[in-house]
Amino acid sequence: MQDKNGLYKKRNLDFKSITKSAGFTSLSSALMAIFLGLVFGFFVMLFASPPNALAGLQYIIFGGFNRIGNVFYFATPILMTGLSVGFAFKMGLFNIGASGQYTMGLFFALFAGFMWDLPPGLHWIVSILAGMLGGMLWGIIPGLFKAFLNVNEVITSIMFNYIGMYLVDMMVQGSSIMYTADKTRTKYLPQSAQIPSLGIPNSNVNLGIIFAILIGIFLYIILEKTIFGYELKATGYNKHAAEYAGMKGKTNIILTMLIAGGLSGLGGAFFMLSPSGIAGSSMTYEPINIIAANGFTGIAVALLGNSHPIGTIFSAIFISHIQRGGTLASLVGYKPEIIDLVIAVIIYFSAFAMIMNTTLARIIESRLEAKANGSDDTVDNMVEDKKDSADDMKGAE
Amino acid sequence: MENYVIEMLNITKEFPGIIANDNITLRLKKGEIHALLGENGAGKSTLMSVLFGMYQPEKGEIRKNGQLVRIDNPNDANDLGIGMVHQHFQLVEIFTILENIILGVEPNKYGFIEKKEARKKVIDLSEKYGLRVDPDAYIEDITVGMQQRVEILKMLYRENEILIFDEPTAVLTPQEIKELLQIMRGFANEGKSILFITHKLNEIMEVADRCTVLRKGKYIGTVDVKDTTKEELSKMMVGRDISFHVTKEDSSPKDVILSVKNLTVPSKTHKNNAVKNVTFNIRAGEIVCLAGIDGNGQTELVNAITGLDKSSSGSVYLKGEDITRAPIRSRSMAGMSHIPEDRHKHGLVLDYRLEENLVLQRYWQVEFQNKGFIRFKEVREYAENLIDRFDIRSGQGPITMARSMSGGNQQKAIIAREIDKEHELLVAVQPTRGLDVGAIEYVHKQLVESRDSGKAVFLVSLELDEVINVPDRILVIYEGEIVGELDPKKTSPEELGLYMSGAKRDMIKEINDAG
Repeated sequence: MQDKNGLYKKRNLDFKSITKSAGFTSLSSALMAIFLGLVFGFFVMLFASPPNALAGLQYIIFGGFNRIGNVFYFATPILMTGLSVGFAFKMGLFNIGASGQYTMGLFFALFAGFMWDLPPGLHWIVSILAGMLGGMLWGIIPGLFKAFLNVNEVITSIMFNYIGMYLVDMMVQGSSIMYTADKTRTKYLPQSAQIPSLGIPNSNVNLGIIFAILIGIFLYIILEKTIFGYELKATGYNKHAAEYAGMKGKTNIILTMLIAGGLSGLGGAFFMLSPSGIAGSSMTYEPINIIAANGFTGIAVALLGNSHPIGTIFSAIFISHIQRGGTLASLVGYKPEIIDLVIAVIIYFSAFAMIMNTTLARIIESRLEAKANGSDDTVDNMVEDKKDSADDMKGAE
Repeated sequence: MENYVIEMLNITKEFPGIIANDNITLRLKKGEIHALLGENGAGKSTLMSVLFGMYQPEKGEIRKNGQLVRIDNPNDANDLGIGMVHQHFQLVEIFTILENIILGVEPNKYGFIEKKEARKKVIDLSEKYGLRVDPDAYIEDITVGMQQRVEILKMLYRENEILIFDEPTAVLTPQEIKELLQIMRGFANEGKSILFITHKLNEIMEVADRCTVLRKGKYIGTVDVKDTTKEELSKMMVGRDISFHVTKEDSSPKDVILSVKNLTVPSKTHKNNAVKNVTFNIRAGEIVCLAGIDGNGQTELVNAITGLDKSSSGSVYLKGEDITRAPIRSRSMAGMSHIPEDRHKHGLVLDYRLEENLVLQRYWQVEFQNKGFIRFKEVREYAENLIDRFDIRSGQGPITMARSMSGGNQQKAIIAREIDKEHELLVAVQPTRGLDVGAIEYVHKQLVESRDSGKAVFLVSLELDEVINVPDRILVIYEGEIVGELDPKKTSPEELGLYMSGAKRDMIKEINDAG
């Protein structure tokens, strides 16, 4: 036993354990996908307007650094919807309803902001919590359907995207306190309902991004350290084994959808309850019967972040960064849609990259090992050990 | 010089840092059945994948009829007349049998598939070799045994002369195995050459002419089957003596632990009940084996006892307590351990680490959690303890992914978890399925030890050897009814076979009263 322990330790140090670790694989494959996505975007720009392509690419890659405040502001909602999608995905649920939950959260937050008169330090907090509640409501319903009637959550949550969007637009337009018809948007929120700004000039960035990152870390702890996370992931990996082990599948489905909905709802609240760069104004909502894009972008964010809460934090900031850069690319004549194209390609490649990446790691590894074996005295020992694991691997086939 | 149809000479296949085949030589004569024997993960499948063109060896050469050949992919292999029945069938579920057979070599006229001729050829082949199939049935609707016949027909349709069977019997019932072995013999008599990968010694003794043994990637030797014994082969394979006889004292049954009364369980696949009015008892300190041909209600009966399925009437008592409607977790807490039939579907979370799998039934207990947080240090210590005690081998110990472990060690992990958990009743469903002799010996020893420590053991098995050797009492199930209770010391495989096939049955009432 002592001897075996020694071996594990040795393995932890070698290159293999680094390249084989899930974190390394997902990080490097995400980076590779991003690279390929940008190259693809460059070629499209080259095709559309050759002389400006390089400038356009520069804007996409570096443009965000000039708008750092707004990069974080726009990262907030997609981070929350990304966490929402990723969290449900860990349980094996595809929460395509993040948009609807986000919109409900946004509405509940607006409602609390306009309708309730609360002291300044409290008002925005209550409004945020109201938003969370709205999202939870829209998340739990597909969860209940799934748990008790075995209705696929994809179908119900797509329906709820529409129901939520039309309902919210109807209610916003129907309220003269919230809505100003001549500007076809909501009025400015009372100061007390706005989340305190972080004070970066020319941006809307507020405490929301801090909360969102903290929530990401909190989710990581839930998933990795608690028995709830253990059950949740076990169910996601193998629901039969989870049932066999006596886990409460239905309760966990409902709870997961409740939390996922709450996360998206918070995204809506963080986005909506924001002061604007211009003093005395705030963010507004335009009820134009379109399903919130931030919900769908959340799916991309979660995919790029490999559904890992910490990975999702970085992928949300990155996607927000190139989105900001993409709007700047219009300075040299490109439509901002170019960035949606780049993001789509990145997501598309991230699946391939995972495969290419493993192959690449294997090649590097075998090179390194060939070198190591030439000089290492304990070769026999290692080979023996590896062979066992080869046997193990094959046995699993 | 002898006439070899295929020679694989000094094959070495390495995976990065791992030697899966180390200088292996295998020669196949025309018209022989050549068994390739080895434990799980000895390198048999790798060697066959090399022959079939799926891997390229680093060293060594392949000759056909003395001529050096290069096999870069399965198409090359097919051109050389080499066909393979994979352990996991390569069939398109939503296609018909005929469509699967012609897949890749579709006869066509101007790009339109011509099924008529193909159908005739398939029907001729199936009649000639006694491979009963319905060409128009869909793969998803047919039994595993029939799917295998489709795989064999695929090889015949392509007129392959060298047939590789990769553990073909692992998924079959005893009857189907017998049939398959006869079919293989027929092929050999006709001049086809067969490579038969297996770790079941009985089948080798029954059907093979020669046998090559691999151990841990190395070539051990090739022997004529008629000059060897099971014991000798198993020693070559495992590297030590294996006892086929399960040594155990007479049982001394005590209190009734599990009591099943008039239990009826509906079937999921057809309208009739899968389990019909079944009654029996299991006492502490005895192993009771439920024997029967696969699909006679064993799975449903076990699922109703363990809580995975609901029964429609009757009741189940554990230590006198009614658990008929109890959730799985309560049954587990009341003292039921369950080694499930399908270790990948139910037994393990393959993408969890070994240590996480070892606490799958206990993660919520106070030892392993504190206010909802997992106590990782305790989990690790517990896992290391179990790994040590139950000799679970894996690449990286507790942090090994369950998926990367060999089948035998995955099973050991499940057994360790279920036996170490506090329990009164151990339900073990086909616990040795797909394991090699060394691991089977180990599992049987664990079952007997569990019995000797005063637990009640309910064993469900399809293997006749196991049914006769391991338990203290045999219950035979046929079409959802218990048709006989036998004493393993007094019965014979023949008598057992009669009960299992429904040809013989005792008065059910009598058994129920006795039970």
